[in-house]
Amino acid sequence: MKEHISLSHGSGGALTQKLIREIFASAFDNAYLRKLDDASVVELRGGRYAMTTDSFVVDPIFFPGGDIGKLAVCGTVNDLASCAAEPRYLSASFVIEEGLPFDILESVVSSMAQEARQQYVPIITGDTKVVPRGKADKLFINTTGIGLVHKTLEAGMIRPGDKILINGPVAQHGVSVLAARQGFEGGKSLKSDCKSLWPIVKLLLQEDIDLRFMRDPTRGGVSAAANEIAQSSGLSLVLTEQKVPITASCKSFCEILGLEPLDIANEGKMLFFIGARDAHRALRILKSVPSCRRASVIGDVLPERKGKVYLKTTAGGSRILGMPVAEALPRIC
Amino acid sequence: MKYVDDFRGAEACLAMARRINAAAADRSYRIMEVCGTHTAAIRRFGIPAMLSGRIRLISGPGCPVCVTSDVYLRNAFRMAADKNVTIATYPDMLRVPADGVSLQDLRARGADVRGVNSALEVLEIARELKGRTVVFLAVGFETTAPATAILAQRARREKIKNLKIYSAHKTIPPALLSLGRDKQLCLDGFLLPGHVSVVIGVQGYRRVMRSLRLPAVVTGFEPLDVLSAILTIVDAARHRRVVLENGYSRVVRSCGNPKAKSLLKEVFVSKDSLWRGLGVIPDSGLFLHKPYDSLDARRTFSLREEDGHQARSSGCRCAGVLTGRIEPPACRHFGKQCTPQRPLGPCMVSREGTCRAFFETL
Amino acid sequence: MCLAVPMKIETIDKTEALVSAGSLKARVNIQLLPSLKKGDYVLVHAGLAIEKIDPRKAKDTLRLYRDVARKSMEEES
Repeated sequence: MKEHISLSHGSGGALTQKLIREIFASAFDNAYLRKLDDASVVELRGGRYAMTTDSFVVDPIFFPGGDIGKLAVCGTVNDLASCAAEPRYLSASFVIEEGLPFDILESVVSSMAQEARQQYVPIITGDTKVVPRGKADKLFINTTGIGLVHKTLEAGMIRPGDKILINGPVAQHGVSVLAARQGFEGGKSLKSDCKSLWPIVKLLLQEDIDLRFMRDPTRGGVSAAANEIAQSSGLSLVLTEQKVPITASCKSFCEILGLEPLDIANEGKMLFFIGARDAHRALRILKSVPSCRRASVIGDVLPERKGKVYLKTTAGGSRILGMPVAEALPRIC
Repeated sequence: MKYVDDFRGAEACLAMARRINAAAADRSYRIMEVCGTHTAAIRRFGIPAMLSGRIRLISGPGCPVCVTSDVYLRNAFRMAADKNVTIATYPDMLRVPADGVSLQDLRARGADVRGVNSALEVLEIARELKGRTVVFLAVGFETTAPATAILAQRARREKIKNLKIYSAHKTIPPALLSLGRDKQLCLDGFLLPGHVSVVIGVQGYRRVMRSLRLPAVVTGFEPLDVLSAILTIVDAARHRRVVLENGYSRVVRSCGNPKAKSLLKEVFVSKDSLWRGLGVIPDSGLFLHKPYDSLDARRTFSLREEDGHQARSSGCRCAGVLTGRIEPPACRHFGKQCTPQRPLGPCMVSREGTCRAFFETL
Repeated sequence: MCLAVPMKIETIDKTEALVSAGSLKARVNIQLLPSLKKGDYVLVHAGLAIEKIDPRKAKDTLRLYRDVARKSMEEES
């Protein structure tokens, strides 16, 4: 096998088959892929299913704490988790730039396979295309996921007085990718928080927490997610800056570059809207998970029907937390 | 964070705010905070919400990208269109529109335009691109000009012939004189820009403040710094005292930074300069000194001098915002046709722009 | 653009220094500041260290602010 991906690998012929068998199918290995049919047939038993799709164009493709492959699995798993849907199956499509070294592709695929295995969600179908040099930036991945909905959640179920929780510190993913892109030396402390959230969602569901709604604050960070939810529920929210967890290094990084941590992408965080009476219990449950020690109650749902998001600042003042400005951080996921 | 967190505590801030509100019981006070970074900090920390309506914090022209004229931008576009030119500039400049187009738009159409975070990066770019002319759009006040000066000195010393500098650097004290005398603005005092002051020192304002006879405080950027400065000005204004105080002594010295000042003197000369919104202000611009003629983009490209004429554009009311005449929400385009994603003017583009600071916190 | 952040000097190499804020590190030009040593805090703006932070003055300023605040709270109660 040659050292780099060539256009022939995408032509659909012998080389494509070889690529699929030796790289994708062998890494993702399961009964569906062993058949190598054009479509994989599954049986979905009674219930409602959620389906989601996401494309991943993160630059650079390797960053501290993860890579585009791990991100592609976690991102889609988390979108399903945010609907309280247990991830069941994934698809994976690859658009590869001619000239991409094989070992890079293998590394990404291996990372995807590992994450999928750990989350018990098989990748059962996929596609591969190769485009000429310069027509794609190394590698783009799309994953689509189907999950079984365990509990119906809607923004309309949010009530005034509900509490807003988060499972850990913000801005880690965006900061890690940006730092890697700009060549900042931060070492281990600027790691992406990229991780699958289904296990903690499952835990909260099993403990019968009065969960009203969830959203994973990816692009645009907590600000974007909060504003979207305020809009769709029609209610106003208030967040307390002091209660939003952030690591010291992320905070420094943001101060230095003049970035607002609440606007920056997360890939291992979930915003939970929980009935006030269950908030404390939910917090305890989250904190019992080793990776969620810094879980925190960061805000409340207000009675007013204005769809605004307010921020009580660390200085004791208050202001409106708006939707983040578009150009802040491109190609963050 | 060291030297940051301690200056932000809510209890202390709120107590100081209450003290200000008590001191301002008799009338309203109009205080201009000149620096764009102050505008952003004030809104970010939610300071207006802590203060009574009698304290009017008026945003000034301390956003270098915002006060750069359309003429300068058009010249920049002209150079960018040259196939042999690479433009290097601070990221905020990329999206400022003039005549409906920005450097970012030109880049999308094929121009070689790069964002840099430091003037010193431009040296590397020029070395890397030997066959091309690399033009640095040097925008900024006295805080940023020293970096350009170092760039100029090194380029000259190392004979980097393909590097050109198009200076739009401006100095703050002359603008303060103009604003302080403005009868419509009716100011009670100034929050002086902390980081400009690091370079020019407290004494950099003495002449102007002696002429204006208004209280002024060199102010840091943490909430306690800002609140403490407001309190000092309200107290002084109430008792009709003229003070010039250093509220940022942990980094600002009376004489400023001598090395930075001598660098500026060596590389730049002060001449009249055109500010968006304020018009031509005498001796307010820093232009490359004779020994640096060969580095001067104005000469290389025979760029037209900036006069007072600025074409009307798009209904943008940046001029009013920059002179403290109006607050952004008074502009009918604010938040509607003019947003950070689709800005009509620089005040909505720059991170230090008043319109943007309001948009993000309103 | 007047954004400047306090950072700690880790190592000095002629006109450049490696500075840190937490575990974040960056390289900056220090030629504006004549006598720096490891452990000093400097204000960094656009890749240039523009001034050294005076720890004693920082403490004094903080004490002053706290005094004003405390006096305020005492007067209120």
